[in-house]
Amino acid sequence: MSTTHSPSERPREPGEPTLVLRRVAKSFGQVVALASADLTVHAGSIHALVGENGAGKSTLVKIVAGLYTRDSGDFELAGESVNFTSTAESKAAGIAVIYQEPTLFPDLSVTENLFMGRQPVSRFGRIDRKAMRAEALRLFERLAVRIDPDRPAEGLSIADQQILEIAKAISLDARLLIMDEPTAALSGVEVDRLFAIARSLRDEGRALVFISHRFDEVFALCDTITVMRDGRYISTDDIAAVTAEEIVRRMVGRDVSDLFPKQETTIGDVLLNVTGLSSPGVFSDITFTVRSGEIVGLAGLVGAGRSEIARAVFGVDPYTAGTVTLGGTRVPPNSPTAAMARGMALVPEDRRKQGLVLESSVARNTTLSIRRTLAKAGIITSGFENAAAAIWASRLEVKTSALDSEVGTLSGGNQQKVVLAKWLATNPRVLIIDEPTRGIDVGTKAEVHRLLSELAGRGMGILMISSELPEVLGMADRVLVMREGRLTADLPRAEATAEAVMLAATHPGGAADAHTGTPNEAVAS
Amino acid sequence: MSDTTTRTPTRTYRNYAHPLWRRILFTREMAIIALLVLVVIYASATVRGFGSPITFTYLILDVTPILLIALPMTLVIITGEIDLSVASVVGLSSVVVGTLTQAGWPIALVFLTALVVGAIGGAINGFLITVVGLPSLAVTIGTLALYRGLAVGLLGTTAVTDFPEYWTALAKSRFVGTSIPAIIVPFLILAVIFAVLLHFTPFGRGIFAIGLSSDAATFSGVHVARTKFILFVLTGLVSAFAGIYYTLRFGSARGDNATGLELSVIAAVLLGGVSIFGGRGALHGVIAGVLLIGVLGSALRLANITSDVINIITGVLLVLSVVASSLLAFLRTRRQKPKAATPVTAG
Repeated sequence: MSTTHSPSERPREPGEPTLVLRRVAKSFGQVVALASADLTVHAGSIHALVGENGAGKSTLVKIVAGLYTRDSGDFELAGESVNFTSTAESKAAGIAVIYQEPTLFPDLSVTENLFMGRQPVSRFGRIDRKAMRAEALRLFERLAVRIDPDRPAEGLSIADQQILEIAKAISLDARLLIMDEPTAALSGVEVDRLFAIARSLRDEGRALVFISHRFDEVFALCDTITVMRDGRYISTDDIAAVTAEEIVRRMVGRDVSDLFPKQETTIGDVLLNVTGLSSPGVFSDITFTVRSGEIVGLAGLVGAGRSEIARAVFGVDPYTAGTVTLGGTRVPPNSPTAAMARGMALVPEDRRKQGLVLESSVARNTTLSIRRTLAKAGIITSGFENAAAAIWASRLEVKTSALDSEVGTLSGGNQQKVVLAKWLATNPRVLIIDEPTRGIDVGTKAEVHRLLSELAGRGMGILMISSELPEVLGMADRVLVMREGRLTADLPRAEATAEAVMLAATHPGGAADAHTGTPNEAVAS
Repeated sequence: MSDTTTRTPTRTYRNYAHPLWRRILFTREMAIIALLVLVVIYASATVRGFGSPITFTYLILDVTPILLIALPMTLVIITGEIDLSVASVVGLSSVVVGTLTQAGWPIALVFLTALVVGAIGGAINGFLITVVGLPSLAVTIGTLALYRGLAVGLLGTTAVTDFPEYWTALAKSRFVGTSIPAIIVPFLILAVIFAVLLHFTPFGRGIFAIGLSSDAATFSGVHVARTKFILFVLTGLVSAFAGIYYTLRFGSARGDNATGLELSVIAAVLLGGVSIFGGRGALHGVIAGVLLIGVLGSALRLANITSDVINIITGVLLVLSVVASSLLAFLRTRRQKPKAATPVTAG
């Protein structure tokens, strides 16, 4: 397989259109999710679908997958008009959707997951385990991956789980594969492997749709690109004919000139002081400070222990040694309430599970953290909650139809704004924010970054954990790097280059160099 | 660019997606209350003796233990837990009252001891569930047997019946000139306390958050374990109070008092619109649910229908109410389709 990814070097003849959507519309009550969506995907090509959160990508995918039925418009598969009323019908028609985080049966083996619901049957109606296992091995060989077919699905990396889904799709001979933000939780090596598989599927003549917020990936992988905005089709182009700047402009309907609006701030006294924090098997001897007005980035690979530190400092997880102080007073372990009382806030990594009570309203979510201070004589009413929530929703420009709407119905970006509102309402002195912009659209990303800069400008200390290197380098005054549960570097902004951070995050020897030396030495080692 | 966090709000928000009447009328609680009213009207018109004051008095006297225990049980179920040991705590409390009265203790101290025993029973449940981390279903199946065993073991198969007449009369007494039993007063006080606790306090907000997402509640500073522990202690306490009432009402302390009552309580709570998965429910619905089961039982007994048939009817009602709520949710999603099918060009 060719290692060059430049689209210009692989002139391709697009095949027949596999999927054609024309003027597809879908509304939920009063809310228009799709106003008029067009999408044509050809066999033997990888088609990027981009747009801000709330642009209608997910709704479109769910219509194609048979989860939703469209209200109007044309939906053709290989030239035939189709009308799916269930995911089973869409699967049978050769459509496979690979989600960001596949749902497997954790206690069943890889092979059993692969053939769930369609196990090959031998004589007397018994499941033919041998045939199943052989087929699984054949599929993995074809995808050039190594996954033990007998191991339980539990503990598989997200990348391997996705590959399992792809293997399933291939064994069903899917002609259209839709990958919905598959790379959000993958490491660089895993992304490369996924892309190699995607290209080989394309070369077999299958049609692929790739949804992503990461433009470098879109441009490296895809042949054509469709932009959506506000539930509408905007444009479709050959990938070589457009630039990332042009695509972003179409997505947001305006220029986003400054994605990382870093303000110069005066850095003050130490607010958060973490000393010798240890938790066996998770992280050890973690020491760092966050000063007033300072944004400290915490970088490292997924699994290096960054989120675990955030949870321990905030008191959600226990630790065995070390101390945490905030503004000179000790923060006791194991008590988020005590941490909050001393002025700490944590915007957690998993917005949907940890950040929000999804089935509760926008107002209740926004005020859950301040429910005690909101109460008068121990009594809290919806009136108090709505008044407080309206202020914060308005300041952060949360888009919702009403304050009693379930927060789970909002787009990812708006959900993140509700989490931020909930924590800013506590008026914290130190904000720990874990993956501030994961899975949210470009426009909201810039808003979140601007907000963080403003907060630092007014003296808040911010610890920002991020897997997006441009975000860390663009926003942080100082960058801490972790590798395998240890802090391996503490780089001031001037020395924090992509090379220095990645070296400290990945290279065992790079740690000491990055700690003491200049970035040049670190890069050289 | 003005400062995001300090500038004056520019956007305005509707507080509610639906008007007030829809938020009040289109609820599961309202459906149960409407059903209760219909059954009362129908039974009064057709069942001989149902409308009489004495029927009302006995109806209230009979459902009071369920009404009382349903209050804390609602809160426990909304956090996503369950307490099956409540009827055994009633029995244990009854036995404590009986033995200590027999031993000649002052009556106030007898009641206090029974309440403390109930609270300890609840605390043991709470400890095993929140500190040891065992599932409440398993823990309370165990303590259901344990507390019942203790109760029967303490008193054997005998019954204590020689209670001061003042107290047994008080349990059954009515307000002068009415058919309203006096026991309604402590119940109403407790009902108001629990309703305020659940619906109008930060503690109550925590209860709902725990039931919907324990993780998100933890990250928001809700004391998940402490909240649950408190609720189990409250359940034990109220169950012990129900046990004191039960003993005096029937003038009899027995180890097997109120056997099986836990299922009536849980059935009534679920009928009242509380989700067994936690996170949803309201106390007025639960009270209507208890009364509905009580009224049905009372009317059917008066109509000479056997208790097996009454059980079948309440069972069917419970299943139907669960089916109806999911059917309603299903219809709601279906109904949106024709509305959305109109062309959406504006926008």
